Amino acid sequence: MNIYVLMKKTFDTEEKIQINGGKIDTDGAEFIINPYDEYAIEEAIKVRDEHGGEVTVVTIGDEDSESQLRTALAMGADKAVLINTEDDIEEGDQVTTTRILEAYFEDKEVDLILAGNVAIDEASGQVGPRLAAKLDIPYVTTITSLEIDGDTVKIDKDVEGDVEKVETSLPLLVTCQQGLNEPRYPSLPGIMKAKKKPLEELEIDDLDLDEDDVEAATETVEVFLPPEKEAGKVLEGETDEQVKELISLLKTEAKVL
Amino acid sequence: MGKYLVISEVRDGELRNVSFENIAAARQIDENSEVVAAVLGDGDLESLGQELIQYGADRAVVVQHENLKNYTSDGYVQAAMAVIEQEDPDGIVMGHTSEGKDLSPRIASKLDSGLISDVTEIEGSGDDVKFIRPIYSGKAFEKKVITNGKTFITIRPNNIAPLEKDESRSGDVQKVEVDVQNLRTVIKEVIRKASEGVDLSEANIIVAGGRGVKSAEGFDPLYELADVLGGAVGASRGAADAGYCDYSLQIGQTGKVVTPDLYIAVGISGAIQHLAGMSNSKVIVAINKDPEANIFNVADYGIVGDLFDVVPALTEEIKALKG
Repeated sequence: MNIYVLMKKTFDTEEKIQINGGKIDTDGAEFIINPYDEYAIEEAIKVRDEHGGEVTVVTIGDEDSESQLRTALAMGADKAVLINTEDDIEEGDQVTTTRILEAYFEDKEVDLILAGNVAIDEASGQVGPRLAAKLDIPYVTTITSLEIDGDTVKIDKDVEGDVEKVETSLPLLVTCQQGLNEPRYPSLPGIMKAKKKPLEELEIDDLDLDEDDVEAATETVEVFLPPEKEAGKVLEGETDEQVKELISLLKTEAKVL
Repeated sequence: MGKYLVISEVRDGELRNVSFENIAAARQIDENSEVVAAVLGDGDLESLGQELIQYGADRAVVVQHENLKNYTSDGYVQAAMAVIEQEDPDGIVMGHTSEGKDLSPRIASKLDSGLISDVTEIEGSGDDVKFIRPIYSGKAFEKKVITNGKTFITIRPNNIAPLEKDESRSGDVQKVEVDVQNLRTVIKEVIRKASEGVDLSEANIIVAGGRGVKSAEGFDPLYELADVLGGAVGASRGAADAGYCDYSLQIGQTGKVVTPDLYIAVGISGAIQHLAGMSNSKVIVAINKDPEANIFNVADYGIVGDLFDVVPALTEEIKALKG
């Protein structure tokens, strides 16, 4: 089976966000594999181990993205592809990303593509479904279980807490939701092996694209932080007094009851 | 005069609130525009079309087909594209719900259009309209504009107030015939697991539990409180990881991002990842036995105490209040 994972690096969830010169300050920030993409990588490896084939992890990023790709290889992926847009694209959006991926997949035989259901930074959740539409393959978002039998695929899909039992077929794109699996940590031998696994680096030129082909349809004009919250009032007294005061404050001061 | 198409959402035969919020959003983008509300589904949709008009739409189009009984991307995209081709709108507004998140990117891809997802606020109007959306799970916000093509957005439920219902308003409800076929994904069964009643993403009041709740049974008093408040129950990752509740209740950087009027954090320490998911709630109450817990730094009101005393006391007091 030809299995592909769409991966994005994101800020470590521990990071505080700071703004510098109108942009998110990335200086010194720790980057990780987007947590939802980790589920995708784990599931891809499991599918390959059960059904055979090869897992290729694809990312669009910069030179530093190699670090997250090596982690994915250390987890057990077979090949990695870095589409480096650092020199070519100033500001892209989901239209940009989809065009690039569409061009990348144009000559690929695909059985299964897995992605995270959102990236925790921009959280648009658009790229998976957009790509599936371009490749004209079915997709199922926010999956929590995946079972493949020949060409038939049985999926549990999370729908705001309810579970839909979905049946579909390969080729297919899925986006992964928490609960799908427990992503493994790379083992030491895995890390050693990952160093020798193939990591292909491409630029958009290699995909016969130029800047105009991947022009964004939206633009970010400002980034700002929410107003800092001041610590509130800790209520004094015995439980029943605290509770009475809280209710009175919620009614009269906060006006939410 | 522009034209905006709002794609509504039906659940159990009723319109979800976000459908009305879509109309308000479209009016805010361009108050002089014509707002056309689309309803896709099975069953009697015409009355729903009328209801959307009472909430401010100028007219409605409905696509009814047995293959639209359950939402599927393949089925709904056929219906939505037929309406879009007929109406050729300048903009499209949908809810940023499970359904909207699944369908909107596919429509955008078909239209080769940009799409600004998860909008929580609209600033300005007409040519100067800007869309504000949270990034990094609400640790920051960005303001976006459309530079090319249709003004296509999804809005986060519960953030843009719907217009007031006007029962005297009437308008045309048109049926559009679409032969919805070739569904490549089939829904065999739907298992209802979500807590009955109020949906987490649409709840005005959320009672959320953390590790301090200690067990699945420990959530019982939280459900009772949520019940008397007409709210929903949520959880921190700690509680979900510990198996006290389903992952679907998880609020935070992984999990749902919520902005209710009132958020009651019970036994939640307040890790940065959790705060990202709830700190933009209007009013935050923290109940925790550890006075040093980080959650108190974002709470408007705090009670230091044992949640198993405080929460039931709160429930009784509110019951008494509501008579």
